[in-house]
Amino acid sequence: MIKKIIICLFCLSFTSVAQAVLKIDITEGFEGALPIAVIPFKWNGAAKVANGDVSAIIVSDLARSGKFSPVAEKDLIARPQTLAEVHYKTWRIAGMDHIVIGDVSKQVNGSYRIQFRLIDILKAKQVLGYSFTATDKTLRDVSHQISDYIFTHITGLPGAFSTRIAYVTTKRSKTGTSSRLQVSDTDGYNPQTLLTSDQPVMSPAWSPDGSQLAYVSFESGQAEIFTHNIRTGVRKSRSKFPGLNGSPGWSPDGKKLLMTLSKSGNPDIYVLTLSSNKLQRLTDHWSIDTEAVWTPDGGSIIYTSSRSGKPQLYRQKAVPGAKPERLTYEGGYNASASVSADGKYVAYVHGEGSTYRIAVLELATKSSRILTEGPLDESPVYAPNNSMILFASQESRQAVLAAVSVDGRQKQRLAFSDGEVREPSWAAVRY
Amino acid sequence: MKNLILISVLALSITACGDRIKPDEGTAGDGSAGSGSDNAGGASAGGIADGSGIGGTALEGGKLVSYAENAINDANNVLFEKIVYFSFDSNAVTDDYIELVKHHGKYLSFNTNASVRLEGHADERGTREYNVALAEQRALAVKQLMLFEGASKDQISIISYGEEKPVSFGHDDESMSLNRRVEIVYQ
Repeated sequence: MIKKIIICLFCLSFTSVAQAVLKIDITEGFEGALPIAVIPFKWNGAAKVANGDVSAIIVSDLARSGKFSPVAEKDLIARPQTLAEVHYKTWRIAGMDHIVIGDVSKQVNGSYRIQFRLIDILKAKQVLGYSFTATDKTLRDVSHQISDYIFTHITGLPGAFSTRIAYVTTKRSKTGTSSRLQVSDTDGYNPQTLLTSDQPVMSPAWSPDGSQLAYVSFESGQAEIFTHNIRTGVRKSRSKFPGLNGSPGWSPDGKKLLMTLSKSGNPDIYVLTLSSNKLQRLTDHWSIDTEAVWTPDGGSIIYTSSRSGKPQLYRQKAVPGAKPERLTYEGGYNASASVSADGKYVAYVHGEGSTYRIAVLELATKSSRILTEGPLDESPVYAPNNSMILFASQESRQAVLAAVSVDGRQKQRLAFSDGEVREPSWAAVRY
Repeated sequence: MKNLILISVLALSITACGDRIKPDEGTAGDGSAGSGSDNAGGASAGGIADGSGIGGTALEGGKLVSYAENAINDANNVLFEKIVYFSFDSNAVTDDYIELVKHHGKYLSFNTNASVRLEGHADERGTREYNVALAEQRALAVKQLMLFEGASKDQISIISYGEEKPVSFGHDDESMSLNRRVEIVYQ
């Protein structure tokens, strides 16, 4: 069996022509999104690079965030290429707050120079402008960085377009099942495989610096937690006790891992200090305790426990023997917490009858809101800038990834063309 | 005699259950189920006596009981059935399966060289890691019953796959009920 497991070295420089595996459809519009016009960039001395259409990538990123509503290319009222060509009054009358202009120029050495300018129509001036150099392979990366600059300047939130997502895919055939741990750009391009196994792979979680993934693999015939450096491909076994080894959760400083172990008889939450291998038990209850995540201040954990009879969310200090506080009361199934980066909200799976949907709990008020329709939504995870929640959903017979804006008003589907895709995790930083 | 009655009642419940969630099961419910405890089935006790003193008993419905070493591979033996099904979000071995699990426990107690791996599974509803924990508790419940019947801890190992290894891929109640299971895998 070991032979069937292929560990792929993950190396950015190997990225060939980007291939779209995830196809993103915006399924519901978003009222109140900020209008922005991204003028198609002019290509000087070069034909447009396939999959490297900078302005189209920016449009797609901004639309996906739920906070912007970019004008469709066919509806643009003008196409200025330089600052001097921008007619502010026309754009103001059209109700446009911002426009983006730019160009891509082929350099003598074969690379590209990309320039962009963000123009504030009300202020009638350029408010942001940068020049980048890119190759065929890094055109998409640069485009996502430009999206981040624009997003951050206008919303005040950090951009999250240029980081990465990880997810697990499963392909079933007559000869068996193949699970893959994959990493891609946040729009699904450049998918690369970190691990392929004929046994289940579960629960990928990014380290805070985006350099490593922790995950569960059954490749050795039992559940085992690994950490895996995405650049070097080096990985380490972190937990292989008898019974469960599950739900790895990084501490905000990246030095510890929360995990679920059942070595003492039933599933409890433990914390492993990575440098010293010191293991501490944080919960001790005969019921199921699992799916623990840290709060951003590192002081508390939020986890799923069936101690009331049904799975519910609890919070306690991240120390042994701390008193748990129950967070959810509505419905008989509330599990799988993801905490927003500001620590104010918890996204989770809310089950009622046979319907499982993504809900958000405001910790200060304990009030919750259901964001999605279900019926089998799971694995919610906040984007690092809190602007949207990525989750796994079931459509007819296919498992897909989907995203919902935090107010629930915009939903997108990230359909996978090949096999099932699930358990997304969104890196805070591009390593 | 008392044992015979108990076992007969069990055979009825296995059959009934088979009708409900295992429609393609060939050995149970093949025409003579429901005939009570009077041993009216087609199989006879003599057919599976193995001479080892462990003995066999005929059941109606064509199911036999023997704890002989090869009994687990005998399609006519109750031990041939090696999957225990569960209710949603529950780790309780239901009445339909208690006797089946006990038979396997007894088999282990008589065959101390035998060992099993209990593989816990869940349906797709609910979260993945919670389902791994739930499916482990199902396997633990099966293990506990086997221990009561005299099996030893060394003979039983456990792995939980949660919802990661479904056998049925539909999203209807029937498919999901087939996935909520513990598989008894002899090593």
